[in-house]
Amino acid sequence: MLLLAGCGRAQLQPAGPISDAERTILLDSVVIMLAIVVPTIFATLAVAWWYRSSNPRARRQPDFVYSGRVELIIWSIPALVIIFLGGIAWISSHDLDPAQPLPARTAPLDIQVVSLDWKWLFIYPKLGIASVNRLVVPAGVPLHLMLTSASVWNVFWIPQLGSMLYCMNGMADTLYLQADHPGVYRGESAMISGDGFADMHFNAEAVSQDQFDAWVASSRSSGPALDDAAYRDLLRQSVPAHPYTYSSVRAGLFADIVMLRLPPGEGPSGGVASVRPVGLQ
Amino acid sequence: MTLLGKLTWQAIPLQEPLPLYSGLAVVVIMLAVAAWVLAKGYLPYLWREWITSVDHKRIGVMYCILAGVMLLRGFIDAIMMRTQQAMAYNAPGFLPPSHFDQVFSAHGTIMIFFVAMPFVIGLMNVVVPLQLGVRDVAFPTLNSVSFWLTAAGALLVNLSLVIGQFDRTGWLPYPPLSELRYSPGVGVDYYCWALQISGIGTLMTGINFVTTILKLRAPGMHYTRMPMFCWTALASNLLIVAAFPVLTATLAMLLLDRYVGFHFFTDTGGGNSMMFMNLIWAWGHPEVYILALPAFGIYSEVVSTFSNKPLFGYRSMIYATMAICIISFMVWLHHFFTMGAGADVNSIFGIASMIIAVPTGVKIFNWLFTMYGGYVRFSTPMLWSIGFIVTFAIGGMTGVLLAVPPADFQLHNSLFLVAHFHNVIIGAVLFGVFAGYIYWFPKAFGFTLDERLGKWAFWLWLIGFWVAWGPGYVVGLEGMTRRLQHYDVAEWRPWLLVAEAGVFIILLGIIAQIAQIVVSVRTREQRRDVTGDPWDGRNLEWSTASPPPSFNFAVLPDVTDQEPYWDMKARAREIGQLTRPEPQYEPIHMPRNTPTGFVTAFFAVITGFALIWHIWWLVLLGLLGAYATFVVFAWRDHDEELIPAEEVARLDRANRAARAAALAHRQLRRESQLESRE
Amino acid sequence: MSAPGSALRAGSDPYHIGHAPSAGVPEYTGHGAGGPAPKRIVVGYGFWIFILSDVILFSCFFATYTVLIDARNGGPGPRELFDLHNTAIETACLLASSFACGMTSLAVARQNLLWTEIFLALTGALGLAFIGLEAHEFFGLVARGDGPTRSAFLTAFFALVGCHGAHVTAGLLWLGTMMAQFPAKGFKQTIRHRYLCFSLFWHALDIIWIGIFTVVYLIGTITP
Repeated sequence: MLLLAGCGRAQLQPAGPISDAERTILLDSVVIMLAIVVPTIFATLAVAWWYRSSNPRARRQPDFVYSGRVELIIWSIPALVIIFLGGIAWISSHDLDPAQPLPARTAPLDIQVVSLDWKWLFIYPKLGIASVNRLVVPAGVPLHLMLTSASVWNVFWIPQLGSMLYCMNGMADTLYLQADHPGVYRGESAMISGDGFADMHFNAEAVSQDQFDAWVASSRSSGPALDDAAYRDLLRQSVPAHPYTYSSVRAGLFADIVMLRLPPGEGPSGGVASVRPVGLQ
Repeated sequence: MTLLGKLTWQAIPLQEPLPLYSGLAVVVIMLAVAAWVLAKGYLPYLWREWITSVDHKRIGVMYCILAGVMLLRGFIDAIMMRTQQAMAYNAPGFLPPSHFDQVFSAHGTIMIFFVAMPFVIGLMNVVVPLQLGVRDVAFPTLNSVSFWLTAAGALLVNLSLVIGQFDRTGWLPYPPLSELRYSPGVGVDYYCWALQISGIGTLMTGINFVTTILKLRAPGMHYTRMPMFCWTALASNLLIVAAFPVLTATLAMLLLDRYVGFHFFTDTGGGNSMMFMNLIWAWGHPEVYILALPAFGIYSEVVSTFSNKPLFGYRSMIYATMAICIISFMVWLHHFFTMGAGADVNSIFGIASMIIAVPTGVKIFNWLFTMYGGYVRFSTPMLWSIGFIVTFAIGGMTGVLLAVPPADFQLHNSLFLVAHFHNVIIGAVLFGVFAGYIYWFPKAFGFTLDERLGKWAFWLWLIGFWVAWGPGYVVGLEGMTRRLQHYDVAEWRPWLLVAEAGVFIILLGIIAQIAQIVVSVRTREQRRDVTGDPWDGRNLEWSTASPPPSFNFAVLPDVTDQEPYWDMKARAREIGQLTRPEPQYEPIHMPRNTPTGFVTAFFAVITGFALIWHIWWLVLLGLLGAYATFVVFAWRDHDEELIPAEEVARLDRANRAARAAALAHRQLRRESQLESRE
Repeated sequence: MSAPGSALRAGSDPYHIGHAPSAGVPEYTGHGAGGPAPKRIVVGYGFWIFILSDVILFSCFFATYTVLIDARNGGPGPRELFDLHNTAIETACLLASSFACGMTSLAVARQNLLWTEIFLALTGALGLAFIGLEAHEFFGLVARGDGPTRSAFLTAFFALVGCHGAHVTAGLLWLGTMMAQFPAKGFKQTIRHRYLCFSLFWHALDIIWIGIFTVVYLIGTITP
C-alpha cells in the first residue's frame, strides 16, 4: 500500500468521483483475488517441496488420482469468487457507464473533443471558444464530453479524473467526468495514432469558477478564429509547440466533423510524417 | 506502370544505419551458414532428410528451430524498445518514431505468429502422433506445406527490414491508421501478406490435427484414454479451424481497402472501423487460447511425469479444457470495453471473461493435486512448470481484474495491460514450450540436455521476467500508456530503468539456453538416451526409441487404459522382462518425401513479395507456379515408399534389446539392494 | 467393393462410411477405438473440416454485409440494384451443376470414364454459365458507377458475392484438372478421393449460394 501511495499522480490518486470509484473497484477486486491467488501460490510451492522425492517423511499416495470432494471444492471456490466479482462487474459497469450523467447541483459543462494528428482540439460550444492541447475546466462542475476523431482512432484519457473512451472518426461518444478540486491533471492519448503519438499529451486544468470565467473571457478577446481555413490547417499532420486558444468557433463545426461533412485529417504528405513541433499561433 | 511496380532502390534503407547494419549482419550470418553447409557437403542430407521430409517429427523440429531463431529476432526488438524507453525521458532516444513504431509492431507480430505459434505447433507435431500410437498425421504432405508456408511468412516479415519497411500500427493494424491514407507505405502490406500466407499454413495444420486426433488413434484408444496433451492439442486445433478463417477474412478486407479502394473500414464511403475491431478480436481472443491450451497440456505431461503420479482429475481436466475452448469464443469484446458499447454489453462480456478463469483455476488445482502424494523430481521441465504456476496465477489475476469494465476504463492500453499479457504469454506459453522442448528433446534427438545450464536458464528467465515486467504493472498504474517513443513524466523513469535491467537478465537466460544446446551437443554421448525413456515417462511416446524410426511403431500398440505405456512398464518391471513377445514384423508403407511444401512456399514468397510491391506480372507468375506445383504433386504415381520388414525388425529389435537390458539391470540392482538389507 | 443394392444387414456398411467391420481390419467403431480410420474416411473428414472453416470465412463476409447494408453513401441500395431474374437463372445453373456433380459421383463409383467426363463437362459448363452471369452483373454495376468503391454497402456486396464467385472459379480450375486426371490416371484410389473432395466442395458452394441469394438478393429486394 505504501508503494502504491508513492506512485505518480494517476489512477491511484483520484481527483474526481469517477476515478475515485474506479480506484475502489480496482483495489477491492485485487484484494478479493489475492485471497485465492496467494494461498494457491503458497500451496503449490509447499506441496512441491514437501513431496520432493528425497523427503522421507512425506506420505506417498500413488493412486490418488480422483476425489469427488476435492473436485467439488476446486470447481466451487473459483466459481464463487467469479460470481462475486461478476456481480461487482455488473453493478459497477452500470454505475460507471461513461455516458451516464453525473449527479450534481450545477448544469454540466459541454465540451466537444476532437482528436487530430497529433493534437487535441477542445471546443466549448456554448462559450464559443476552443483550445488546443489544454483543457481548462471549472472544478466541481460535471463535464459532458463528446468525443470524436478527425483522423485515426485515439483514446481520450485523464487518469486522475477517470474512464478513458475511444475517439472514433464518424462517431461521437459521450463521457462524463468531473474534477472535484482545482489542480493540474495529466491527459494523454492511449492509442497509437502515428509518428507524433507520443506528443499527444495535454494538461487538464481545473480552476475555480471565477478563474474559469476569466480564462474564457481572455480567450474570447485574443487569438485566431476557428473557421474552415483554420480547421484545414489543423488537419495537417503536425505537433503544436505550445497550447493556444481560438477566440471563436464556427457554428456547427463539431457536428460537421462527426457527420463527415468536412474532410478527414490528411495523412503523411509525400509519404513522410512531420513530427517536429510546429509553432502555431 | 514500371516493371518493378513500386520497388525502387530507395526501398533499401541505405540512409538508416540501424536497419541497414542489422540487415547486413543477418545476410552475412545466413551466407556463412549456407557456405558451411555446402562446404561440409550437408546439402543433400538436408534436402533429403529435412527440407523435403513429410515426417511429423522432422517437421516439428523445424517448426521449433524457426521459432527459436525468431525468438532471437523478436527479443532484439524487445531490447531496442526497452532501451529506447529507458533513454527517452525528455530526450529523443536513439529510435525516431518511424522506427520505434516498426520495432514494436514487428516485435508483437513476430512473437505471436512466428515464435509462439510455431513453437506450440512444432511440439504438437513431434508428440501428438507418438502419443496417439500412430505412424504420422492424417495429411503428411499438407503438414510439410504448412511448415514451409509459415517459414515463408517469417521470411517476408524479415525481408521488410531490408527492403521497404514494416507496419507501424502495432501488431494488429487498426483502421483508419492502417488504411492507405495514413499508412501509404508498404509496411501494412508486408504485414498482411505475410500473415495471409502463414495463416493458410496454420489453418492446414488445424485441419490436419483435428482429423488426426479424431480419426487416427491406436486400436483401443477411446477419447478418454488419450493423453492430456492430445486433448489440449485437439481443443487448440479446433480453435485454429474456427478462428483463423476470421483472420484471413479480416486481413483480406483490409487488403481490398488498400489495393482496390473498397470501403470496409475507411473513414469515407461509409466504412465502419468498429467492424475491424470486432472481427480481429473475434480471431484474436481464441488465438491466445490456441497458444495457451497446448502449453497447459505440456504442463499436464510434465507435472505427472515428474511427480511419478497419474494426472489428477483427468476427466475434470477434459471438461475444463473444452470449456475454455468454447468460452474463448464468447469474450472478444473485453479487448475494447472502452469503445463505448454500453453497460449491458460490457458487463456480459466482462462476466464471460471471468468465467474462463474458473476452468483455468481448476487446472491449476489439478496440477497441485497431481504433485500431492507423488515423488516430485525438480528437473528443469518441472521447474518451468512450477514457475509457470506462480507466474500465471498473478497474470491470470490481473486478467480477471481487467475483465471488470470500470477497472479496464483506467487500465486499457496502459503498461498494466502490456504487463498482463506478457505475464500470461511468457508465463504460460513461453515457459510451457521451454519445458516442452527440454522434456521432449531426448525423444527427438536421442540425448538429454545439460541439466545445470537448464536450471541456470530457468532462474535467469524467471527473475528476469519479473524484473522486466513487474515495473510494467507499477508504471501502468501511474498512467503510462503503451507504445510511447518518448515521455516527460519523471515518476516513470526509474521503473523503466528497472525493466531495462530485467531485459538484460532475460538475455543472460537466453544465452544460457543457447549454451545449453551447444554444450549438450558436444557432450551428447554422456547423456545418451539408450532406452527411449529417460524420464520414467507415462505415455506412448516413451515406448519408442529415441529418436523413433520414421514409422514410429513397428506394430501399433493395443491400448486398454489411460497411460498405456505406464501399465506396460509396471508389468514389465514386475516380471523383469518385456511384456510382449517379439511381434510378427511386416513391411510398412510410409508417405514419400516430397519438395511440394518447399516449392509451394517458394512461390508463396514470390507472390507475396510481388503483391506487396505491386509487381503484377510477378504475381501472375507466382500464382501459376503455385498451381503448377499442385498439379505436379497431384500427378505423381508413387506417393508411398515401402520399408521392408527386415529394416523394421532391425530397428525394433535394437530398441527392445536396450529396454530388456535396462530391465535386467534394474532387476539385478533391486535384488542386490534386497540382499544388502537382509 | 460391394455392389449397391445388396441386402443390408444390421451393422453392414454398403456405402463404406466406415461403421462396420470389414475383413482383416479391426472393428471400426467410428469412435477411433478400432485403430486408425480407413484412408477414404480420413480424407473426406479432413476436407469436411476444411469446408467448415470456409463456412466461417463466409460468415465473416455475411456479418460484414449485414452491418454495412445501410451504409449507402448516398448511393443505391439492394432494391435499386438487384435483378432477381438474373439471380434466378444463376441459381438454376448452380443447382443444376450440383445435380450434374452428383451424376458424376455415380459415374466415378461405376468407374465409367465416358460418363464421368461428360457429367464433369456438364458441371463445368453450368458453373461457367453461373460465373458468366455473375461477371456480367458485376461489370454492369461497375459500368453504371455502382462498383465496390462507391459505398461500404457495395463493397460488402461485391466482397461477399465475389468471394463465392472466386471459390466457384477455383472449383472450375479444379474441375478442369480432374477432367485431365481421370483419363491420365484412371480411377485410382487417390483420384477417387480427390474427386470426393471436389464434390464436397462443389455442393458446399451451392449451399452457400442458397444463403447468399436469400440474404442478399431476396431479403434485400423485399425489405424497404
